[in-house]
Amino acid sequence: MDLNKKYTPQTWPDHPEQVTMEGKNKFLGFWLFLGGETVLFASLFATYLALKNKGPSGMEFSTQTLFELPLVFIMTMILLTSSLTSVYAMYHMKNHNFKGMQLWLGITVVLGLAFLALEIYEFNHYVHLGFNYSQSAFSSAFFTLVGTHGIHVVVGLVWIILLIVRNAKRGFSLYNAPKYYTASLYWHFIDVVWVFIFTVVYLMGVVG
Amino acid sequence: MSHDAQVYVKSETEFNYIKQKRRKDMRGQITTFAIMIFFTLIAFTAVAADFSKYLIAPVILLLAVVQVILQLFYFMHMSEKNHNVPMYFLFVGAFFGFITILTFLTIIWWG
Repeated sequence: MDLNKKYTPQTWPDHPEQVTMEGKNKFLGFWLFLGGETVLFASLFATYLALKNKGPSGMEFSTQTLFELPLVFIMTMILLTSSLTSVYAMYHMKNHNFKGMQLWLGITVVLGLAFLALEIYEFNHYVHLGFNYSQSAFSSAFFTLVGTHGIHVVVGLVWIILLIVRNAKRGFSLYNAPKYYTASLYWHFIDVVWVFIFTVVYLMGVVG
Repeated sequence: MSHDAQVYVKSETEFNYIKQKRRKDMRGQITTFAIMIFFTLIAFTAVAADFSKYLIAPVILLLAVVQVILQLFYFMHMSEKNHNVPMYFLFVGAFFGFITILTFLTIIWWG
């Protein structure tokens, strides 16, 4: 069967991401991967919580003096909104509206880039204050946890941009529908991790 | 062969029904998003209002957990059928993650 067989809205399956064996395998395999990612981030959270505000003597930085809530609030709103825009993209995929999906994924990418820019600004600001990666056990744990999340954002952005560009002229097929679906799951997972980061690292850090 | 699929053409009624249903689902997603934004606002306001940390910490942690559950079950479609194995994978991961955090917190600073 031809992978690039064209469908119409009437023939497009209800769950295009899980029709083929390939799609089913991608779906299950990707959730297994997300289970593994959960453990990865949990171990980084555990390290951060154990080393928070700890380090060699004479530490001049603490979570209370370092973090600024307005910036974190804006980053949170941007990432949360980008999660909704990728839900819209999947809504259009199910309705076999290719242009709509590409457009909403494009908006997701723009929001993701804005988030990334703010995170780079934040890290740069900390390093200028003298709070760099090797400053203390606390700084290493902080940058590793939040930085690993940042790398996930970069990977997600590259992934989604490649999908948009590579499939721009192809339109929908049962070959690329699972690819779009897993990319959107990945993007939601990035938001799941961020919910814990803004709560546990930033909000609880400011509270003390 | 791994990309094979049967083609099924929906009748006009079926097509309109599923379209309506998707639109309704999407409205539900927007409600979910509104709740998530609302929870985020509560969490940030509680911290900015400077209440006791013994009150704030459990409340914002609870809000975070509920928000993540909404994200998983609605945005990531875990509430739809055919998601038993994904749930198993994710909850096993979360369980081991929880044990790891508990271990690090207790072993290092409580002894």
